[in-house]
Amino acid sequence: MITSFEDVICSFCGCLCDDLAVEVEDDKVTKVRHSCRLGANKLMGHERIKAPMVRAGEDLKEVSYQEAYDRAAEILLCAKHPLLYGWASTVCEAQKKGILLAEEVGGIIDSTATVCHGPSIMGIEEKGMAGATLGQIKNRADLVIFWGCNPAEAHPRHTLRYSSNVCGRFTADGRGCKNVVVVDVRETKSSKNANKFVLIKPGTDYEVITALRLLVASKDDMVPDEVGGVSKKDLAEVVQVMKASKFGVLFFGLGLTHSRGRSKNIDNALSLVAELNAHTKFVVMPMRGHYNVGGMGQVAAWETGFPMSIDFARGQAYFNPGETAACEVLGHKEVDATLVVAADPASNFPRSIVDNLANMPVIQVDPYQNPTTLLADVVIPSAIAGIEAEGTAYRMDGLALRMKKLVNSPFPSDEEVIGHIIESVRRLKGTVSCNDKEA
Amino acid sequence: MKAIMISGRTLAQGATCESKMSPEFFKATSSLSLSEEDFSSLGLSEGKNVQVSNQFGQVVASARSDKGLSNGLVFMPMGPYANAVIGPDTAGSGTPQFKGVEVEIKPTDMPVLDVRDMFRGMRRAKP
Repeated sequence: MITSFEDVICSFCGCLCDDLAVEVEDDKVTKVRHSCRLGANKLMGHERIKAPMVRAGEDLKEVSYQEAYDRAAEILLCAKHPLLYGWASTVCEAQKKGILLAEEVGGIIDSTATVCHGPSIMGIEEKGMAGATLGQIKNRADLVIFWGCNPAEAHPRHTLRYSSNVCGRFTADGRGCKNVVVVDVRETKSSKNANKFVLIKPGTDYEVITALRLLVASKDDMVPDEVGGVSKKDLAEVVQVMKASKFGVLFFGLGLTHSRGRSKNIDNALSLVAELNAHTKFVVMPMRGHYNVGGMGQVAAWETGFPMSIDFARGQAYFNPGETAACEVLGHKEVDATLVVAADPASNFPRSIVDNLANMPVIQVDPYQNPTTLLADVVIPSAIAGIEAEGTAYRMDGLALRMKKLVNSPFPSDEEVIGHIIESVRRLKGTVSCNDKEA
Repeated sequence: MKAIMISGRTLAQGATCESKMSPEFFKATSSLSLSEEDFSSLGLSEGKNVQVSNQFGQVVASARSDKGLSNGLVFMPMGPYANAVIGPDTAGSGTPQFKGVEVEIKPTDMPVLDVRDMFRGMRRAKP
């Protein structure tokens, strides 16, 4: 029998598109409508990790879930300083359990934000952010700027649902009544949608933003004829468009957070937007990647006071990303075991950092096999949040949405898996024999 | 030739990132794009490979021409291939510099390694 679901929320990117139509037959998704290629590919499913596994020599051998939970607990208890990493592609309920586990084992919990929009969070902490919901932007924005991001490939329905190409209450003509500016170091599919494309030299974002701030402040004489490969005339034209808009929005991506300057680029962009508010209404938003990386920031903030990179080694929450972020502690060999949940650091971290990860016990909780599986000592398959398990996720604008369960699954949810590991940690504490200590 | 490398998302990389052991993910992430002029000045053609190297490592990728790139700027989809030449320094931010990395590029007859081969032998004896 075919069951149809309407208004399904997509669990791929930070857009959390909530208008998908999904058909399910025999607990398998058979048809997805309204989604982009990224969302459809995720919902239609891929080959799964079939059973819990524990490494024996070179091979991973299938074990029971309880054996896998206990082995994971032993690794975490024997570690002097474990890292609990990932959490962006799962729901808030699992993230909350993860923070509890990190506190229980005196570890560091960090999310994929630290290799993504972590610098954005740091910039926002320093400067504050003139924000808005995507609904406000859809209905009001007549100027849309994309800086260092390529929504056509990373957030394919963003322009069609929320920003440059959508009709809103006060923007009834859609794309026809909106100015679109793209700033990037290369031409992309997104730059083809722009009224004005500003090509800058790589690594000059900070300088270009500073020049725009000076022009916004009418300090034209302090701006040289060319900044970051862009003529002063072109920069002045952008500022003119900014000031003339009724409601402007600056969406920024990893072009700012991954380049020279990182959090300072964001700091500067937030200042530019704050200063534009002396002239018109202007807001700014990071283009969050994984569908619930924003949720991890929210959950961590309300549970610990900090958004990511939280170290419980001192018995209380401690936050300093330049010291406690996953790439820092792995790079400096300051952790001695890693639990990876809903992430793939083996693919997404620099190679020398992965080399250190490969040299310590690794526990993986994930629906899918990926390169991290090749380094793992314990592998625990879980249900796919948002498809096989319900839960809460936060859209890139901070709106909380409830993900539906569409199909039944033989696998436990991430929340259940982490809950069971916590139970094993509590039961085994003080009984585990490690190489150099009693845990 | 020397170039500045940026890594980033692509539609194909995103569409295959939940099936990373598949040939589709391999194809989507193991390429390096150059400007049309750089592509021809290195004597490359579609299907040819390049060796990308710097002080952080080296990797072989399939070469592609992209008219959206300026001369001296190259692009790799985010993933294990691009990350072979990304350094660990985070400048106190916790985030490595995934964009704007200096690399040396030269044509090669060496094959592009499969995803599994990229990690083969990496895991060592553990406590």
